Amino acid sequence: MGEFIMENRIILAIESSCDETAAAIIRNGSKIVSNVVASQIESHKRFGGVVPEIASRHHVEQITVVIEEALTQANMTPQDLDAVAVTEGPGLVGALLIGINAAKAFAFANNLPILGVHHIAGHIYANALVQPMEFPLLALVVSGGHTELVYMKEHGSFEVIGETRDDAAGEAYDKVARVLGLPYPGGPRIDKLAHESDEAVAFPRVWLEEDSYDFSFSGLKSAVINYKHNMDQRGEEISPKAVAKGFQDSVVEVLTAKTVRAAREFKVKQVIAAGGVAANKGLRSSLEATFEAEGIPFYVPPLKLCTDNAAMIGAVATPMFEAGVRSDLTMNGRPGMELKSWV
Amino acid sequence: MIWLGIETANAPLSVAIVKDGKVVAEVVQNIKLTHSAGAMPAVEAILAKAGLKPVDIDAIAVSEGPGSYTGVRIGATLAKTLAWTLKKPLVGVSSLKVLAANVSLHNGLICPLFDARRSNVYTAVYKGATLETVVEDYHDHIDGLLQRLQELAEPVLFVGADVDVFWEKIVATLGDYAYRAPMTTDLPRACEVIRLASEGELPSTEATHHFVPQYKRIAEAEANWLKEQKEKANEQ
Repeated sequence: MGEFIMENRIILAIESSCDETAAAIIRNGSKIVSNVVASQIESHKRFGGVVPEIASRHHVEQITVVIEEALTQANMTPQDLDAVAVTEGPGLVGALLIGINAAKAFAFANNLPILGVHHIAGHIYANALVQPMEFPLLALVVSGGHTELVYMKEHGSFEVIGETRDDAAGEAYDKVARVLGLPYPGGPRIDKLAHESDEAVAFPRVWLEEDSYDFSFSGLKSAVINYKHNMDQRGEEISPKAVAKGFQDSVVEVLTAKTVRAAREFKVKQVIAAGGVAANKGLRSSLEATFEAEGIPFYVPPLKLCTDNAAMIGAVATPMFEAGVRSDLTMNGRPGMELKSWV
Repeated sequence: MIWLGIETANAPLSVAIVKDGKVVAEVVQNIKLTHSAGAMPAVEAILAKAGLKPVDIDAIAVSEGPGSYTGVRIGATLAKTLAWTLKKPLVGVSSLKVLAANVSLHNGLICPLFDARRSNVYTAVYKGATLETVVEDYHDHIDGLLQRLQELAEPVLFVGADVDVFWEKIVATLGDYAYRAPMTTDLPRACEVIRLASEGELPSTEATHHFVPQYKRIAEAEANWLKEQKEKANEQ
């Protein structure tokens, strides 16, 4: 169960759900033949965050260049491909539509089948590009837009057992970074500052109900804002490093504890972390140490597969393609798309 | 010579095939169907009806804006990707000129316009059968446009489905100089996109990557950012 037949399957994948215009070519769902990402981060920095209209404009400028580069680097032509996969959702709708319409036009012109892929399924399957996935599996997906615990009993089976009830972990990082006056994107900077401090400001841990795998980060974010406000009123200097460490300790402790509890309850064979925040050193080392002690294999993809990319879309599209999943030319962008199983 | 034309700059959708200077097929519609879902199937259907394959297309013409940001981008992305992967030239045409072309038998001033919300319009002024540019495509408050037209002191033919939104104000300002084109000319036609595109020389296929929509308006966030920079510079 869960295995799929692979016979030199070549998929072109396209991703444009936020601020990266990306295309990749994936062989058999596991080998990256090419992986091209045009980041817009420099353009969005001046606004302190991603501006949807600006993102959409950049996607139109970049999309054909990026797809061509993916083909060139792979030394392939459209005739070498078996299918085109594209992120259908969730994400910024205007941004999604550029990748989707480019994918539709490319698939139509070259007489190729097209598949719409869920962005979070992509983040999880980024791991399939590093080593084979073993089921049952637990994935912790943490990014600027998502914080989810996903249980998979086999390929194509997704059960969201926990998710954030307010802010995503990455969103909280960016907001706290702004409070500390750090430039966008703030997550990596907080991670770095936290490692430079032995002291930590004590912030609360939000556990919610005893048996819940859900998360909440808005209270923690407010606690940081209140702390800064109180210190300012008293005319006292804050230590950004101690605040960063206190904040990160709280996030990491909650994420780690809930992931471990779920891994035990669901008796999984593999735990993976995915999404942009999975690149966070504090989180990564906490999960690594914890699961080593638990005796459960734990993996995190390398940084360039944690952040948004098209290789991961190709990785998930391959088992979908083998299972017979197809979309058609009426595919629309689905900003709030739910993670659904295809088996 | 087979042309594919695509027009999705505003709510209406139009696609067309022109072969050797003759219209083979055209679809023009103004029904509530998003371009994101409907534009590509419309291209597929018109080619199928004409008995053509994608590789049969020799050139692609697209309405490049201004208009709805998302609408303009969908047409641009489809046209750009088709042109690039088929290795065929891509020509962009002003969406306002396309609308004006519907009434280009009119000998005087032609004013096509699209509602840009909050009493703003995307508009231009063209003249006569050659569609000579009198006022270039731009974004303006309706009052600004009407003031310019008053200064021109000539009869003006208004065209476009959105003219109705501003008609009372237009008549109040321009009086007898204001004419309303018949409703049958209100929807942009992909055949006109092709006709205007085929007037000029074809660009090289290498130019396709650089094709971008003509929004005629910077994004709001960028406008605010530029304003802030200016204020900062003034403070110093």
